[in-house]
Amino acid sequence: MDNNINNDVKQYIVLRFDSEQYGIDISYIDNIVRLMPITRVPHTQPYFLGVINLRGVIIPVMSMRGKFDLPEKENTGATRILIIKYEGADIGILVDEVKEVVTLSDEEIEKVSSDDADTRSYITGVGKYNETLISILNIPALIADIEND
Amino acid sequence: MDLSQYLEIFIDETKEHIQTLNDQVLILEAEPDNIDTVNEIFRAAHSLKGMAGTMGFKRMQRLTHDMENVFSEVRNGKVNVNADIVDVVFKCLDCIEGYLANIVESGDEGTEDNEDVIKVLNDVLAQAEGATSTVEEQKQPEKEEVKNEEAPKAEVSEDRKKYLTIPIADFEKNAMLEAKEKGMNVYATTVYIQESCLLKAARAFLVFKGLENKGEIIKSVPSVQDIEDERFEFDFSMFIISDKSMDEIKKIIENVSEIEEAVIEEYKIPDVVEDTTPKAEETEKKEAKAEKQDKKDDKKTPAKSGKPVVNRSVRVDIEKLDDLMNLVSELIIAKNGLVSVTGVMAGSDQSFNEQIEYLERITTNLHESVMKVRMVPIESVVNRFPRMIRDLSKKLNKEMELIMTGEDTELDRTVIDEIGDPLMHMLRNSADHGLEDTIDRLKLGKPKVGTIRLDAYQDGNNVTIEVSDDGAGIDVEKIKAKAIERGNITEEQAEFMSDKEAVDLLFMPSFSTAEKITDVSGRGVGLDVVKNKIEGLGGDVEVSTKLGEGTTFIVRLPLTLAIIQALMVDISGEKYALPLNSIVTVEEIPSEEIKYVHTKEVINLRGTVIPIVRLNEVLDLEPAQKDTEEEDDDSLIVVIVKKGDKQAGLVIDHLLGQQEIVIKPLGKFIRVPKMISGATILGNGEVALIIDSNTLV
Repeated sequence: MDNNINNDVKQYIVLRFDSEQYGIDISYIDNIVRLMPITRVPHTQPYFLGVINLRGVIIPVMSMRGKFDLPEKENTGATRILIIKYEGADIGILVDEVKEVVTLSDEEIEKVSSDDADTRSYITGVGKYNETLISILNIPALIADIEND
Repeated sequence: MDLSQYLEIFIDETKEHIQTLNDQVLILEAEPDNIDTVNEIFRAAHSLKGMAGTMGFKRMQRLTHDMENVFSEVRNGKVNVNADIVDVVFKCLDCIEGYLANIVESGDEGTEDNEDVIKVLNDVLAQAEGATSTVEEQKQPEKEEVKNEEAPKAEVSEDRKKYLTIPIADFEKNAMLEAKEKGMNVYATTVYIQESCLLKAARAFLVFKGLENKGEIIKSVPSVQDIEDERFEFDFSMFIISDKSMDEIKKIIENVSEIEEAVIEEYKIPDVVEDTTPKAEETEKKEAKAEKQDKKDDKKTPAKSGKPVVNRSVRVDIEKLDDLMNLVSELIIAKNGLVSVTGVMAGSDQSFNEQIEYLERITTNLHESVMKVRMVPIESVVNRFPRMIRDLSKKLNKEMELIMTGEDTELDRTVIDEIGDPLMHMLRNSADHGLEDTIDRLKLGKPKVGTIRLDAYQDGNNVTIEVSDDGAGIDVEKIKAKAIERGNITEEQAEFMSDKEAVDLLFMPSFSTAEKITDVSGRGVGLDVVKNKIEGLGGDVEVSTKLGEGTTFIVRLPLTLAIIQALMVDISGEKYALPLNSIVTVEEIPSEEIKYVHTKEVINLRGTVIPIVRLNEVLDLEPAQKDTEEEDDDSLIVVIVKKGDKQAGLVIDHLLGQQEIVIKPLGKFIRVPKMISGATILGNGEVALIIDSNTLV
């Protein structure tokens, strides 16, 4: 895979929930870790599963399924926690599986408006890669939404 | 020349000088004839000017220059200190603070000229100066000539002129140049004391004392402190700014008995730009030599002479301390891990356990030491309050005085940085809302001058700061009325409200009872902000008030922020930490002893009725499954916690033991309920939440 040669080419981490694939701009990703014990935090936003200890730093972990109102599912060996660094703070996102890293240029991403009101604002567009569709997640919007919750 | 590396030092020192000036001017206001104070002020003003000049802050320099001139006149007895002068000087200090704020923010002093203040300063000067300055100007050229003649005469071997080897800092150079401009002379001298002399320090002191009224000693090597402590051989060197002739100075020095000789000459100020001739090289060489020699000398000789406050300390960047603290925290977590592993290894060998205990002791001591390093006396925050109260007194036209005790009480640096504003709010509140107008006070038969107190003291693992006044107290009915009017509470609620609850209404956002809104307080921002801030620091605020007698705000703050002793407990299978400092006792209570009051569960513990909080309910947990037999089904483990004089019993399932824990934040994005004050990492890497029992009492 060629690295970013021109500006409008970006790398995305592709992750999966059920059969849907989502892409996150790799520059937001700090780390991908295996599932570890999560300590529940009472009376918090419902989609937050709790907090984990990642090398001495406590990081809140949210469930993408919870946030998108998808039914929760049993965790498997493929379950991962994506650690996202945003504005100097960390947040973990629990995903069913992390598939691969793809490179997409801006032309390959089609701006669309999703029909699903809950997820619409978090999707900036849909990219096509090897005949599969990847919804590109808008991390700043997602986090702004969390902070306002 | 790149000065940015000095900027930090400049900012720190400027702050110190401003504080000194504020303190001293306050003293001066009370005792206008105190010459020591005037000298102190003059010195601070002078240093400020010199530093501002060196750093190229022209406006600041100009302002301080004029201020210094005023004090120069005061010192010379040409101007008498009166309220007007004090006012203008305070205004001046505010302007300087303004400059400093700009500098801190942008590295630039800004464009405010503060012409009005400068004009007032000059008016004061004009009244007094006039004649003097012209006289001085005339005097100066003559003297210079004289000296030029004298210089060659004083031919002493270069070796005896030890002052030549002393490196001169830029600000000192500046001070010298300025003195020259003003027509003063700059002398350098090395004083030799007879080797038979027994009390070198005393002799040196006499020399300093003799010179005190004749000029200003801007630098001495070794430093004055070292000389006073007799840390020097049989000679010392100094630089003097004076308008007296060289002979006069020499005479003064040599008049002190047991002084062998004073080698003195007009000091040629080494100039970086102009003097490129051999002399510059020479000085350079000598400076290099001096550096070798001066290794033991304090490199940072204080700029001001007199009695420099030398405390043997180093400035350390707070970030470095934070790093250190984090490392200590990691170490403690690692140690806890080790302890929990040894717990698993049953029958592990004796010496291993001993070593673990040793490690435990060391980490605890290390932690304490690091904490101590981070402790700062609250003096650094509260020392600006006397000035503030003085200003408020004028502004509000009320007579008041501030009495402070316990300024040496120490708090963690991070708390110190945050506590200033809340305290200021409370003091303003006391001054504005608390104290009555002077006339009303007299009518009430109270002392004319209102008293505001700020008392700080350590109380176990907490520091308590009380801000109190002897004013009108809080009218509970008035608050209730206001709250009803604003729709915060209903009339029924008001009726059943205890006084304490009513007073707590004050801490609601945008709640102000001041009838007239002043620019001091009364805009309703304040107490809720104060409360939030203090709670954010892990502390709490309480109010006690007596109508007609006064109000006291009690602020309790944790001594340390990062590492605490905690009781680990199990609640329905989850582990939680309860800070030990709020725990009174742990009791086993038979379930039949639980009584109901207003449908709330309480227990009667040795005569005190204590409400019960079932933690599993608060934390949204199912009650624990009792693992039968093992436990007595009919009793509860209750942790009794206190907040002030209130108590509550927290019901838990199991005690897991006491442990030193490191408090960590839960991260930015997750919403944390009030009862959780943070999290900690256990020895096995698990995360346990810390329960803030204060919110449950």
